[in-house]
Amino acid sequence: MVIDKAVDGASIVFRLDPGSGVPTYQQIVRQVQHALRLGYLEPGDRLPTVKEVVAALAINPNTVLKAYRELEHKGLVAGRPGQGTFVEGTLEVVPLRDQQTLQKGLARWLDTALEAGLDPEGITALFTSALNDRTQQPSLGKAPRERGAGHTAAAS
Amino acid sequence: MNAIETRSLSKRYGRTRALDGCTLAIPAERVVALVGPNGAGKTTLLHLAVGLASPTDGSITVLGGALPGSNDALQRIGFVAQDTPLYKNLSIADTLRLVANLSASWDEASARTHLSRLEIPLDRKVGQLSGGQQAQVSLAVALGRHPELLVLDEPVARLDPLARHDFMAILMAAVAEEGISVLFSSHVVSELERVCDYLVVLNHGKVQVAGDVEELLESHRIFTGPTADAAAAAASLLVVQAQQGDRQTSLLARTAPEFTPPEGWAVGPTNLEELVLAYLRSGTATSLPGPRPSNSEMRASA
Repeated sequence: MVIDKAVDGASIVFRLDPGSGVPTYQQIVRQVQHALRLGYLEPGDRLPTVKEVVAALAINPNTVLKAYRELEHKGLVAGRPGQGTFVEGTLEVVPLRDQQTLQKGLARWLDTALEAGLDPEGITALFTSALNDRTQQPSLGKAPRERGAGHTAAAS
Repeated sequence: MNAIETRSLSKRYGRTRALDGCTLAIPAERVVALVGPNGAGKTTLLHLAVGLASPTDGSITVLGGALPGSNDALQRIGFVAQDTPLYKNLSIADTLRLVANLSASWDEASARTHLSRLEIPLDRKVGQLSGGQQAQVSLAVALGRHPELLVLDEPVARLDPLARHDFMAILMAAVAEEGISVLFSSHVVSELERVCDYLVVLNHGKVQVAGDVEELLESHRIFTGPTADAAAAAASLLVVQAQQGDRQTSLLARTAPEFTPPEGWAVGPTNLEELVLAYLRSGTATSLPGPRPSNSEMRASA
């Protein structure tokens, strides 16, 4: 078996799902956030350089820059000139108790939806559509729980 | 600086109009995809840009005003022609030596690094390499000249998926590292979205679409709604392509980002492949920078 090692100690590697319909830069943003939640990335870790990502995924460098800018804007990473992009913030995991409360609320809503005659597919469609409405209008949605350095360093 | 600028550029071969009045301003340091059906004039435009052909009418300049074919332009432009022509009887090492002697500036180390990373043996004859490897050699040679503008004619058309990926990976790494401008033609539209950030669509020798990919995707939406209301909805939109069923119609239209769809219509994003195909099918609709075309022109296919 051949294992392609990430070059020069980059902590994570990205992968793309061309069929997902999610824009490429968003996939990178999500994978960094996911890695932060799961602890694969911690403050001080270096993200792969633009060239490393581009050489691995065969994508336009601007796509990577855009993803890193967005992560910077969220206060999760910061670029250090000549050194790379480093993790600065962490993503707070929603505490278990909060999750249980949320799930109870959702269960009540599901009862109402089923009583109204929606089938599981209809419920999924409705939920996805409502979620999309929220996430496409960031001003209306709740800000994601992020605890970062809080600054938005100018894009290099 | 513009990588390529054309004004009413036309090229006729006998009675055939290969290019017909193309006006373009392609910014530098972009990865530009030139797409269109066979015979649209893609290769002609590329040949005019590198100085292999001269215009019948109009003008073309490259890299901020240089004339294609001039010494200045030749040294700053790299060109990989269709089917990556190399001397099949030369070994890779001899090919490198040949290019070194023919080029004013040549970075042997860079070319060798690329080739060794691809595990292409230097003593092998070019003709013994696979199509994918020959394409890689052409690219390594072109990049070894450190061009400011790299022009490629259908570079990945004949490559298998793995070779295609490797080829694009090297090209994109060079873009990231050296900030070169890239212009390549392609008729494989599905993979362009990941690679290019600027799009030019040629059709029947004319420029049909030219613009930043992100802006193009932002400014086009798919509207889906009842066919009964389609005419009314289309009247308020710049429709590129309408696909009508008996009951449901979907319209691909150019809109402002904040545009609210007509009552009863759902709106969704489009993708580059869908957008390119819609324009090519409609034949007459255009999306060009600068003053907007008149509504009647845009609505031609509705």
